[in-house]
Amino acid sequence: MLNAEDRARFEQLVLPHLDAAFNLAVWILSSRTDAEDVTQDVMLRAFRFFEGFHGGDARAWLLQIVRNTCYTWLEKNRRMKMTEQFDEEVHMQSSATPESIAIAGDEHERLTQALQTIPLRFREVIVLRELEGCSYKEIAAIASIPLGTVMSSLSRARRQLHSALAKSAEGADTHEL
Amino acid sequence: MSCDLEYSVVHSYFDAELSVIRAAEFRHHLAHCSDCKYEFAALSSLRGSLKYARLYETAPASLRLKIRRDLQSVAPTPSWSLPVSWCGLAAAVGVCLVVLILWRVIPGVRKEEDYQAEFAAEIVDAHLRSLLPGQITNVNSTDPETVRAWFASQVKFVFPVRDFATNGFALQGGRVDIVQGRTVAALVYRNREQVFNVFIWRTRGSDGSAHAGTRQGYQWIDWRTDSLEFCTVSEAAPSDLERLHRLLPTQP
Repeated sequence: MLNAEDRARFEQLVLPHLDAAFNLAVWILSSRTDAEDVTQDVMLRAFRFFEGFHGGDARAWLLQIVRNTCYTWLEKNRRMKMTEQFDEEVHMQSSATPESIAIAGDEHERLTQALQTIPLRFREVIVLRELEGCSYKEIAAIASIPLGTVMSSLSRARRQLHSALAKSAEGADTHEL
Repeated sequence: MSCDLEYSVVHSYFDAELSVIRAAEFRHHLAHCSDCKYEFAALSSLRGSLKYARLYETAPASLRLKIRRDLQSVAPTPSWSLPVSWCGLAAAVGVCLVVLILWRVIPGVRKEEDYQAEFAAEIVDAHLRSLLPGQITNVNSTDPETVRAWFASQVKFVFPVRDFATNGFALQGGRVDIVQGRTVAALVYRNREQVFNVFIWRTRGSDGSAHAGTRQGYQWIDWRTDSLEFCTVSEAAPSDLERLHRLLPTQP
């Protein structure tokens, strides 16, 4: 049974990774609203399962729960589509400040779109590596895949993202003409 | 690419995932291989674009608040998931009895602990509430005089209002809040991106030295001076909170 001490440990070890949990959920679910619901559920779950956490990397442990919960949610709520139409309107109500949107607005939109066009299994390794700064070992633990698969997924994901960005730049050029 | 190395080696090198020896080997290779050089530059540029576009999504304050409430109300799942046997039930009743007896025997200890936990919960709750859109200030001014005058019409106690912008803590304004059924004044300061609430209320308790605590990633420092109790709360590092604490009145 979790006692007050466990609760304090949970607050100290797991709760600081709330942003990491939310960020991963937004990028898997392509919607901030859905990510809020799922993250709330994830935190409750994590708290209930906390006895099963025997030290180590709390962030990787939490993100594994986030990923599993998100995939279950997707299966239940939507037909699992690898290239989902991005819920841009909801997504753009992001936590970024108006200044940062003004500065990086176009880039934000362009990269968001590009990232959304690549398959989910590639998108998540990009998010974990580039946004969350996870090591290969952590990504392997979170996504439950071998280290070799992390390497190959990541290089393929980057290649796909690169060509998606090249395509969007081309599109922009054509548009201007 | 025509280079005979595996494509993912450049990535592993770029991500600092190669062993020291292999990294040194690859660095040597990189100096002579234009394919890998090109790939490495493309990776750097991609990482730069991702960073510049600020794609990281942070959790809204309303979600933090919801989760905090959830955690408070949830009874953690017991580790035994088998159906409760009569034997287990008897043991449970036994444990309850012991707890009940201890509860009666040491009420002082229980009360103090309860009070501490309840206090921390309420103060962090009040801090989180303030972070919701439009909730942070009732009086929105960086001028201490304006803020002081506003509080004079709102609360029955007097306390110093100062701006510490030169020390990095800029006064944002103030509001009136309710914590543990008491009317409290809240001064709001900002240091870089972090918001600091300083809750102030009248107390009959004697002056006391500061004690600090942490709850769900939020830090607080609480102290009493001159019939006033102060409690400052933030998500910032404890050292930043300590800096603000030292700027505020601590001596009667």
